Amino acid sequence: MAKKPNFRTEVAKAPTGIPGLDDITNGGLPAGRPTLVSGGPGSGKTLLGVSFLVEGALRYGEPGVILTFEEKAEELATDVRSMGYDLHKLCEEKKLLVDYVHVDRSEIEETGEYDLEGLFVRLDHAIKQVGAKRVLLDTIETLFGGLKDTGILRAELRRLFRWLRDRDMTTVVTAERGDSQFTRQGLEEYITDAVILLDHRVHEQISTRRIRIVKYRGSTHGTNEYPFLIGRDGINVLPVTSLLLEHEAPNERVSSGLPALDEMLGGKGYYRGSTVLLSGTAGTGKTTLSAHFTDAACARGEKVLYFLFEESPQQMLRNMRSAGIDLQRWVDKGLLVFHADRPSRHGLETHLLEMHHAVEIGDPDVVVVDPITNLMAVGTQSDVRTMLTRLIDFLKTRGTTAMFASLTTPTHSIETSETLISSLMDAWVLVASDNQGDRRNRKLYVLKSRGIPHSDEIRDFRFGPKGIELLPRRSNGAASPGKPKTSTRRKK
Amino acid sequence: MVPASEKFALRLYIAGQTPKAARAISNLKKICDVHLAGRYSIEVVDLIENPALGRGDQILALPTLVRQLPPPMKKIIGDLSNTERVLVGLDLRPRPRRASA
Repeated sequence: MAKKPNFRTEVAKAPTGIPGLDDITNGGLPAGRPTLVSGGPGSGKTLLGVSFLVEGALRYGEPGVILTFEEKAEELATDVRSMGYDLHKLCEEKKLLVDYVHVDRSEIEETGEYDLEGLFVRLDHAIKQVGAKRVLLDTIETLFGGLKDTGILRAELRRLFRWLRDRDMTTVVTAERGDSQFTRQGLEEYITDAVILLDHRVHEQISTRRIRIVKYRGSTHGTNEYPFLIGRDGINVLPVTSLLLEHEAPNERVSSGLPALDEMLGGKGYYRGSTVLLSGTAGTGKTTLSAHFTDAACARGEKVLYFLFEESPQQMLRNMRSAGIDLQRWVDKGLLVFHADRPSRHGLETHLLEMHHAVEIGDPDVVVVDPITNLMAVGTQSDVRTMLTRLIDFLKTRGTTAMFASLTTPTHSIETSETLISSLMDAWVLVASDNQGDRRNRKLYVLKSRGIPHSDEIRDFRFGPKGIELLPRRSNGAASPGKPKTSTRRKK
Repeated sequence: MVPASEKFALRLYIAGQTPKAARAISNLKKICDVHLAGRYSIEVVDLIENPALGRGDQILALPTLVRQLPPPMKKIIGDLSNTERVLVGLDLRPRPRRASA
């Protein structure tokens, strides 16, 4: 969990335990009140409700009652088992009670005045049995299909929500999204404390789930649509990191992995916790430079999380071995972890979420994304920029040093083709090659490096037996031999 | 339609001695005396006293009359003030052709 946000005097909250959701709700759902969770079929509303109850029972000492109107208790248990939720065990431990409420219109004859007191008695009994603090009603609208007298039903539902409030039950009420309103039966008329909408969209065959807090009485909350993921560990909402540019700025420096490049970066390399862009055309040595950086970090005993969007880890390790950099040893020591994925497999936001998730689990000191450009191909320009801003902000808040490799097209000038992302970066190193006679000449230079006096030189390099070797300076260059010429400290 | 010889085991669920519950009990007795004389038994279950029993018979609305015998199980909800409907629900009258709401 992220650090506790600063609460103003807001309504009491019941934490959901769902990563990210507590951030955008500023602490959880309104305690002792009902929250409406609405969404289409398969949008994840049942899972959100079940997660809220299971987390409450497991982590917050708040037992719960699930009234399920659509699925039998066993079916529900099976559905959520893949997320690691063991409803049976929780029921045995009296932390949870699941009651399947079934109404079949065909077997019921209505003969005069009635009320739903039977439902109240059952719920009351269940609440007392486990000492419940949380209740899930999933999906109570089903009753509209089971009972003919909607007048009675509406009056009784209104009474039910008031009854739950009077008992201080933090309640999640799931509902099917209606055409013109939040729910088919207009439940938002009765539940006015908090309304959450879930959405599941498919755009260009890539699906994204989104969550939005439509309403939250007495509380500040995020108003955007936030992407979320249903993964092996349940629901994960994209954490909202500080967008205020208030992260720490460490003075410590970390080596680029190449002493000669460190020398060009004021003699000591990059700032720890900074963001480095490494760009160049195909085959110029971006991955090799990243590998040097990785190798140096691991040699200091730091953990590196390496995102690959083009190659498999095996392929990358083999190529680097043949280039003279042995990264396998760091994999064996557990310092280097790869996370390889096909960019086209998900939408941008899902990728971002998975990366967040991987960073939170692995807690690395250094993150490498190779190449970031492949990921950029799956989104629009503004999406990419938003996503990168979020990712960089997230990494900076954690103090993680990040390196992004970027593949540029030879037809454009490198420096103009990357205006989209370069402004987000603290340091920018370019690698390029040109043809000189019958051989290719590789060059490297530091285009920008915030807060570090860096060399203005363009240095030639080649691939030697131990990776990249910077060649001696050209004698005809402006640089005086032996001492790198550095620009004056820039103010940014 | 149930044969005239069948015995009826009926269970009426209520919650406390409410006017609605009292009406349901008296309506039920009247109907049974007229239409099921000598071949019925009535058990009244008060869920206030036995809340756990509501789960087994899937009781939601109250009052609910459950026909336990003869099978299949039938449920009739409400204060049983509409005798015709009660008789239809108990299978003592054929269901009207056009179901009127």
